[in-house]
Amino acid sequence: MTTQLLTYIFVGATFTLYIGIALWSRAKSTNDFYIAGKGVHPIANGMATAADWMSAASFLSMAGLIAFLGKDGSVYLMGWTGGYVLLALLLAPYLRKFGKFTVPDFIGERYYSSTARKLAVLCLIFISFTYIAGQMRGVGIVFSRFLEVDINTGVIVGMAIVFFYAVLGGMKGITYTQVAQYCVLIFAYLVPAIFISILMTGEVIPQIGFGSTLVDSPIYLLDKLDQVTKDLGFVAYTENVKTNIDIFCITAALMFGTAGLPHVIVRFFTVPSVGAARQSAGYALIFIALLYTTAPAVSAFARMNLIDSIQDQPYSTSPNWFKNWEEIGLIAWKDKNEDGKIKYSSGSALEDIKPKYLDERGEYGERLLQNKPNLSNENEIYIDRDIIVLANPEIAQLPGWVIALVAAGGLAAALSTAAGLLLVISSSVSHDLLKKTYMPQITEKQELRYARISAAVAIGIAGIFGIYPPAFVAQVVAFAFGLAAATFFPALFLGIFYKRLNKEGAITGMLLGLIFTASYIIYFKFINPAINNSDFWFMGISPEGIGSVGMLLNFIIALSVSSLTKPPPDEVLELVDDIRRP
Amino acid sequence: MNEKNNKYWKANLKIVISLLIIWFISSFGFGIIFSDYLDQIKFGGFKLGFWFAQQGSIYIFVILVFLYVWLMKRLDKKFSEEEDS
Repeated sequence: MTTQLLTYIFVGATFTLYIGIALWSRAKSTNDFYIAGKGVHPIANGMATAADWMSAASFLSMAGLIAFLGKDGSVYLMGWTGGYVLLALLLAPYLRKFGKFTVPDFIGERYYSSTARKLAVLCLIFISFTYIAGQMRGVGIVFSRFLEVDINTGVIVGMAIVFFYAVLGGMKGITYTQVAQYCVLIFAYLVPAIFISILMTGEVIPQIGFGSTLVDSPIYLLDKLDQVTKDLGFVAYTENVKTNIDIFCITAALMFGTAGLPHVIVRFFTVPSVGAARQSAGYALIFIALLYTTAPAVSAFARMNLIDSIQDQPYSTSPNWFKNWEEIGLIAWKDKNEDGKIKYSSGSALEDIKPKYLDERGEYGERLLQNKPNLSNENEIYIDRDIIVLANPEIAQLPGWVIALVAAGGLAAALSTAAGLLLVISSSVSHDLLKKTYMPQITEKQELRYARISAAVAIGIAGIFGIYPPAFVAQVVAFAFGLAAATFFPALFLGIFYKRLNKEGAITGMLLGLIFTASYIIYFKFINPAINNSDFWFMGISPEGIGSVGMLLNFIIALSVSSLTKPPPDEVLELVDDIRRP
Repeated sequence: MNEKNNKYWKANLKIVISLLIIWFISSFGFGIIFSDYLDQIKFGGFKLGFWFAQQGSIYIFVILVFLYVWLMKRLDKKFSEEEDS
């Protein structure tokens, strides 16, 4: 069987499974739709949280990013797991005790203000849509490369599936589909990693293989990788390029941002008790750690294999995957020294970095480019980092079914996250904006109908993002975490741990955190990207890490404004007391 | 009643703060600030600072959350028993 046929079978089988689960778990009430009737077992919720959390970015992009960033890539590993410790210890149990439907719900009630609630809905929608755009790109890449359908068709199929189980099943449908999706995605991630680990180091467990010697050689994999990367003009793989302060701030922004992401927090509203919420955070972190400790091993293997398989190869005999990805437009080769061989080294191969292809072919059959070569270095290839995980099994020449499995896993990761995000968007619209603010007279049945309608509309908008992806998808990801850290985390944390915080403090804090972080990112990413480097950054902190400063600012403003204005009313103090009791 | 709640809350804060100190040291400490220094030590093919940044900190996070579950369960039990007596 061909790889393509296998991929169709795997993807078809998993999609059928998801639809089956959706039919079985239809939502009957708003309680079912928003929080799955609070009846989810902690282990199931742990898996669902893990699938919700691990998006196309974790599954497809992260290992590729780390492969090229080396030790600097650690920010993603620590940031996206360490946030769960904060979530488990500081937020999840208390918010579960609060026992309502959404994150803006908590902010609205704790700060006794519909302005605070609306501000929270605004932040939530902005963060969630930013995130969804990235998922859709992941779906598009998998479809176009492995099923050889048009990206648009791929996005529409993906949307149809999500529509089916999110609109019908609400949180209940999503939860049980996510459990299935977690199993698919983790299996799809571990199988190729184990294969490659055995091939390269003889160790079955990638986490160990990563620190072992290469097969038939007394040299450690990481030492060899350090040597090779240095020879090619990069900084050694296991050394940092970024400054410590920047690494510190990016890690912190990702950690606090993770803890403040509404679609993750809301998962803890679905379990039966406070104790179950604590346990469930632990299970979620184990399930996530399984992928996150494998990822850096995959990165190191992939970087090594990549260099081995293309360096100094004549283009005419280069591996198939290289040409396939070139067709998709995610690899490009510019023969700078005109020797017909691929040369890979540090620096960007092309001016303007991203390739723009001409319709013509060069003398070896390569796609010709409009871009002028960047002559300040010898590097001749452009490789999009998003392809590393998908290309890895091909680069290591694994059998076709492994490649098919990875495609199904990538789709599971992207769809599960998209569904979770769509749900928080729709519930914040139907519950916080309609029921709690503008249309308090609607019945539960009507609210449920509005929840379904807003889920459908949100899916439509997400689909448009997928078909016409905004050119800045990769850049706005920093937004989602930075903003969550600078807005939600302080408001939620202080809401629980500092009784005296009043609405004036919380609102000004969130607003300033939002404005400061957003302006910094917009300035360096969109208005003046030419000076986006450490000479111009505030204290050497990149836009990716600025959320930590925004968060600090939020804390300072919230506390000082609060101390100057009058304390919150008694019923709020009682609410906080109640949340603190298990 | 109120005094009991205060006591519970203080005990809770103590658990959370001590676990967060370990959280900070294992990630921001060993993985970032002292990472280069720890890199002088090697075990197997790993430099220690690099290992903490890409592996060790994550294992410690998992342990911390389960430790928290266990400590809180014990605390909850202790306080609900006091209520009965």
